[in-house]
Amino acid sequence: MERLRKYGFVAGFLVVPLTLYLVFVISPYIQAFQLALTSWNGYQRKPTYVGLANFGKLFGDEVFWQAIRNHAVILLVLPLLTIALALFFAFLLNLGGGSRGSGMRGVWGSTFYKVVFFAPQVLAVAVVSVLWKAIYRPDESGVINGALIKMGFDPVGWLTEPSLALWSLLAVMIWQAVGFYVVLFSAGMAAIPKDYFEAAALDGAGRFRLFFSITLPLLRDTIQVGWVYLGIAAFDCFALVQVLSVTAGGPDGATTVLPVEIYKTAFSYNKVGYASAMGVALFFLTITFAVLTLRVSRREKIEL
Amino acid sequence: MRNKPKPNVFSGLSHLALVIWALLIILPLVWTFLAAFKNNTEIFGDALQLPAELRWDNWARAWDKANVGTYMINTVVVVLFGTAGTMLFGSMAAYVLARYTFPGQRLIYLLFVAGMAFPVFLAIGPLFFIVKQFGLLDSHVGLVIVYIAYSLPFTVFFLAAFFRTLPEAVAEAAKIDGASHTRTFFQVMLPMAKPGIISITIFNVLGQWNQYLLPLALVPGDKEKWVITQGIADISTIAGYEADWPALFAALNLAIIPVLVIYIIFQRQIQSGLGAGALK
Repeated sequence: MERLRKYGFVAGFLVVPLTLYLVFVISPYIQAFQLALTSWNGYQRKPTYVGLANFGKLFGDEVFWQAIRNHAVILLVLPLLTIALALFFAFLLNLGGGSRGSGMRGVWGSTFYKVVFFAPQVLAVAVVSVLWKAIYRPDESGVINGALIKMGFDPVGWLTEPSLALWSLLAVMIWQAVGFYVVLFSAGMAAIPKDYFEAAALDGAGRFRLFFSITLPLLRDTIQVGWVYLGIAAFDCFALVQVLSVTAGGPDGATTVLPVEIYKTAFSYNKVGYASAMGVALFFLTITFAVLTLRVSRREKIEL
Repeated sequence: MRNKPKPNVFSGLSHLALVIWALLIILPLVWTFLAAFKNNTEIFGDALQLPAELRWDNWARAWDKANVGTYMINTVVVVLFGTAGTMLFGSMAAYVLARYTFPGQRLIYLLFVAGMAFPVFLAIGPLFFIVKQFGLLDSHVGLVIVYIAYSLPFTVFFLAAFFRTLPEAVAEAAKIDGASHTRTFFQVMLPMAKPGIISITIFNVLGQWNQYLLPLALVPGDKEKWVITQGIADISTIAGYEADWPALFAALNLAIIPVLVIYIIFQRQIQSGLGAGALK
């Protein structure tokens, strides 16, 4: 009886979440893998199976490779610069005040800086993109070009110059992300026992030595989490590219990413089958990245 | 031993770096705020000029004519129900998966957790047709249900980990006192899990507020049903030179300022909530 009541309770608690999850999450994922093998356009009564033809087409598709190249650049630059800047700021905020009395301390006003640095994180990416679109305007009405013209330089086509556009988008991603990692790394640094720093400082270690020999090795796990998180973000970028770049991925595909192409292919060109094949490719890229990062960085662990 | 603070080149430079980054964040926001008071000529003129007067009517036009009022109310409704539903169903699922043993428990748990590894872009095409089949396209109900479903993996994962840390003794005591399983959950375990619940609620509110892809795909037609991210992005992409740019900037500020105010009030909880989210 008790057993029956227990199972009844378990079933009652699981039925709604599990049904919602199976119908709206699991089933579209499974369908996506099936549709990737069809040429379905969303209207045909029955999808026509075309085998691996979509993938063959994908590998010959210049736009696909352009998107992959852009992902590669973002995957390299976004985590590297974001983590470097965030570590630098977190170090200054938490330990930059030097040693005094009972150990290391942050610089003056560190709470204020943390609040400001984190602020872009709470704004929606679509909103941030519209804001930066105004800042990047190509003439004197844009903030940056307005300042450049005042100083006697020529205005720069931040979003229209094909060689520059991706970097302009990257700058916004970094602008928005850094504060989050400052807070994350600050929490990690706060967990390092103060006597480590005191002992090293007594032995004559300077700030740089403290950073590279104590902070960095002990923050290893937190940094790794940040790296995975930013790497996964590098495979997204949908809202930013869709709203901020010229013609959603332009100029001429210079800033395009797979999510933007998937959206376009499925909803503008009605090629649901082909879009699903792109989705499958994106899935394997993301998974490969996550597994590789965790593998490579799972070496020796430092015990606190 | 250095006992006195010693101002030197290093701390001067580190302050400089911090001040520069702070300005890089504050100035664009202040500039956008000021632009909301400009007229069209000023907006397309010198960016570094201040508005000649405070034109509050820009804000009124944004709220009424540019539909921002509707978008805001829609977003609040969708996020409110979306997060409430996520937390209710997510905590229920997490609780039984964390603290009961039954056939299929491990499988169901893994099924939920696996959802975190899949990019939503893989599902978006088929999802559109599933929502369409239910007749829920262009509806807030459809959007709320989809938000809940896609927020479950992380919510279940995090809360299950949290419920596992709660002491067994309390649940036992409630059982001896004759409380039913359901009562034990709502009156004993849920209150004990409050810190975790708060973190994940903040995480979900921000995530659902930020959502752009799902409303774009699932509420494509009916402008009256749009959420704020969709609305703002649309005003800026469709608007040409003759469009009402002052109202766009006012609209942008209407989307930014309430969020910043809430953030400043709850900054401590929000920072720790998102931090806990990342360190899953």
